[in-house]
Amino acid sequence: MTTLLIVLPLAGALLVAIAPLTSYWLGSLAALISLIEVAVWITTVGKFDFSDPSLQFAQQRAWIPDLNVSYHVGMYAFSLWLVGMSVVVMAACVIYGWWVDRARARAYFSLMLVLAGSIVGVFTAQDLLLFYAFFELMLVPLYVLIGVWGGAARLRATIMFVVYTVVGSLLMLAAIIAYGLQQGTFDLTTIKPSSSTWIFLGFVAAFVIKSPIFPFHGWLAITYRESPPEIAAVLSGVVAKAGLYLFLRIVIPKFPGPVHDWRLVLLLLASISLIYGSLLAFRAPDFRGVILYSSLAQSGLIVLGLLANNDLGFDGAVLQIVNHALISASLFLIAAMVERRCSTGEFRLLGGMARGRPALATVVLTAGVIALAVPLSTAFAGEFLILAGVFQQGWGWAVVGAVGIVLAAMYMLRAISGVLHQDVGPAVPESALDLRLGELAVVVPLLLCLIGLSAWPNLISGHSFGGNHAQATIAQGLK
Amino acid sequence: MISKPHVDWLALSPTLAMIGATGLLLMVAVFVPRRPRRGVAAAIAFGAFLAAFALAVVVAAKTPNGAAIVADSIFRDRYAAYGQLLIAGCGAVAVLISYGERWGDEHVAEYYALLAAAGAGMAFFVQAANLLNLFLALEWFSIALYVLCAIDIDLVGSLEAGLKYLIVGSVGSATLLFGSALVYGATGELSFDKIAAAGHAHNAMLVAGLAMMIVGLAFKSSAAPFHMWTPDAYQGAPTPVTSFMSSATKVAALMVTYRILQTAFPADQRLWQLAIAVIACISLAWGNIAALVQRNVKRILAYSSISHAGFMLIAVAAASSLGVRALLFYLIPYTAMSLGAFGVVAARERELGTPVTLDNLAGFGWERPLFGISMWAFMMGMLGFPLTGGFVGKFYVFSAAYDSGLWWLVVAGVIATMISAYYYLGVVRAMYLRESAELQLAPAGGAPPREFVLGGGVVVCLIVTVGSFFAVQPLIDVATSAASAIHF
Repeated sequence: MTTLLIVLPLAGALLVAIAPLTSYWLGSLAALISLIEVAVWITTVGKFDFSDPSLQFAQQRAWIPDLNVSYHVGMYAFSLWLVGMSVVVMAACVIYGWWVDRARARAYFSLMLVLAGSIVGVFTAQDLLLFYAFFELMLVPLYVLIGVWGGAARLRATIMFVVYTVVGSLLMLAAIIAYGLQQGTFDLTTIKPSSSTWIFLGFVAAFVIKSPIFPFHGWLAITYRESPPEIAAVLSGVVAKAGLYLFLRIVIPKFPGPVHDWRLVLLLLASISLIYGSLLAFRAPDFRGVILYSSLAQSGLIVLGLLANNDLGFDGAVLQIVNHALISASLFLIAAMVERRCSTGEFRLLGGMARGRPALATVVLTAGVIALAVPLSTAFAGEFLILAGVFQQGWGWAVVGAVGIVLAAMYMLRAISGVLHQDVGPAVPESALDLRLGELAVVVPLLLCLIGLSAWPNLISGHSFGGNHAQATIAQGLK
Repeated sequence: MISKPHVDWLALSPTLAMIGATGLLLMVAVFVPRRPRRGVAAAIAFGAFLAAFALAVVVAAKTPNGAAIVADSIFRDRYAAYGQLLIAGCGAVAVLISYGERWGDEHVAEYYALLAAAGAGMAFFVQAANLLNLFLALEWFSIALYVLCAIDIDLVGSLEAGLKYLIVGSVGSATLLFGSALVYGATGELSFDKIAAAGHAHNAMLVAGLAMMIVGLAFKSSAAPFHMWTPDAYQGAPTPVTSFMSSATKVAALMVTYRILQTAFPADQRLWQLAIAVIACISLAWGNIAALVQRNVKRILAYSSISHAGFMLIAVAAASSLGVRALLFYLIPYTAMSLGAFGVVAARERELGTPVTLDNLAGFGWERPLFGISMWAFMMGMLGFPLTGGFVGKFYVFSAAYDSGLWWLVVAGVIATMISAYYYLGVVRAMYLRESAELQLAPAGGAPPREFVLGGGVVVCLIVTVGSFFAVQPLIDVATSAASAIHF
């Protein structure tokens, strides 16, 4: 089942690469494949035993027995949710790419599907080298997707993005080799925890760059602004979550000693990311700027939750990872729709789009209000759990988190009003249409997922670690 | 009466197949009419390399364990057979890459004759068991390569490349010879295992000889700081020749380096380990940093081959059975990527009629999807990204270094890889991210030549590059059995 989730998009990519179809039908084929992927995932959820905290749907085959490296995949309950958010976001983005009729469709859709497969691989790999391989594989399609279909400064963006990520991931490779050879195995389920600070730092390097965490977010702004919008949605919604997953799956369970020693540093960096990211989002001159800096803030918040080191924190962090994936993907796609109509995302040129465009107004407002975590929304549930969790670490951290949430309200409301309300901006043409059916078909399902989670956040926060013993499960090293 | 020595014909057979083809090809040059000559010559050379490949497999199959020495002069073991396998494979693909090259028909048979002779020399080189054969084989394949570099008289820079390679290469050969003489003087022995038995650690003359031999071999494997000829020779030589030089020569030189150091100088292991590690670091630094500023793709690949020599020398410096496995595995994807990359460059070169630079590579990926995707895979492989054998190769090399306690070599390798991302991705950027409209080219007229033969060669390389990511263990098993010939 897990292998199917990985291989289906990869095989689909091959099919799209060679199928003798026109670009329209290639797009529909890719969309179909990504929807089948979602269906496969839903079937998996149906068969999943949420009371069991151990690895499920595991498959193991020899790859390099010489060094005890194997193809070992499987899912914990929390990985299941992360895979779910990935396949949903990927499907939305593939369909969006189909709707906007991307040029060079064959290459575009194959690469999107390769990306989809490698992301699922990252969240399910249970072998260090396999994890690393998928982690790196994500970069290969992303490089070309940003570089070919991106904005004017795309070449510089690809260099920034690749340089940052490669530095992080290669340090992780060195750490993986040291860790795996010391322990004599690369299997994440059997490898014993390590107390080596150097190895820990290698993993942390990859995590802080990918997530990103202040001050390693240098690649963030240019990459998210210059990417094609649906790629920005994938990047911030899913790819960046690979960093957080790395922290949750490997760093915390496998390096309890160093995590304890470095907790203060990491908590500080996460807090700074939260506050600094929120302030930058508040100052951002454009719609995408708000979303991308809020991603920085949100990843800081999630790390706070993970570092709380208790059930509330872990449950809240997993819920918030999924929330933010859906929120940020919908916001980037909405930003794309606004940019498509006005050729710009700058607030000083936008405004007044609500009048006569009820669908757009509703969608922006819904996504924005969930993003700023109004009570009863799923983001509120996630952030509340994180705050409650981190409160037990020290009330000061909870205060930082609360300030961050207040700032979130400020920047989101500013963004909403900058697009929808105020005077009609100079870049907003009278003739700019309301959202079309195709665009609604992309965004509304994402928002429905969010609304569904708002009604029942416990679906994720209560079903991520098999019963409510997240801390104990992780402390045992996620066997 | 002089007693006739026993000749192990089977052990010599891969070499003999290629040298036999050389003779045959020289006949072809004279007796076969001009029109069919190109096809006949290429077919004979291709057949000879395939035959050598098959014979190497037979030798490996019939030599199950350990290193047997024939008449104090050559090894008959799986290690040598493994090297011959790779060399013959490189030769066969190089023939495919050469086939469409536009040089005059009058030299085409001689070209293939020299290619086969170089292959034979290398095949003999990897099984050399004493200093005499070592030097003989080195000169044998080097002289063939000197001529090959300069064979295309119409090509600007070809003669210069040949001359540079000849002069600098001769310095390397002379150094190796001098070193061999010192070693012989110190021990009174020529064959590797007897040197090991007779030599004492830290004998000054022996150590000086060892150092000079390392330098001489480093010239051949184009490791920095002995790489001066590499960029010019690789750039100036006809591209098919470069493809063969960059792959087969590396196989021969590195495998022999490992064998000599390990079998002839085990007592001085700490010493040469350090020396090789330092050379590896310099190669990594120099190759990668110099490649950053190149525009000519062949030059980029030349510097990249210097840095790959560095990576493979890390495996040598590890001096462990894991190190040998790492080296032997690394050579498989490396040769495929290197041959393939130069093959793609050759295709673009024939299309444009000018040297390939990053500028005139613009849009190539979209125009020629097969070559584009292949080149992309080769670049990703050299960078060590997944879905290519380069990923596994780097992992193995770093593992070997870490396992031997050389963690600082891992750090050096990781930093080198970070730097190399810029120029490997630069090639991808040139092919895909830039529009061909930016390109100011004099149109050559007509559709680009259809390169079925070259395409076949590139596809073989692509299959090996990607296949060695998935089928790691079978290849490692082969490498392990080859490595068993070397004792630690």
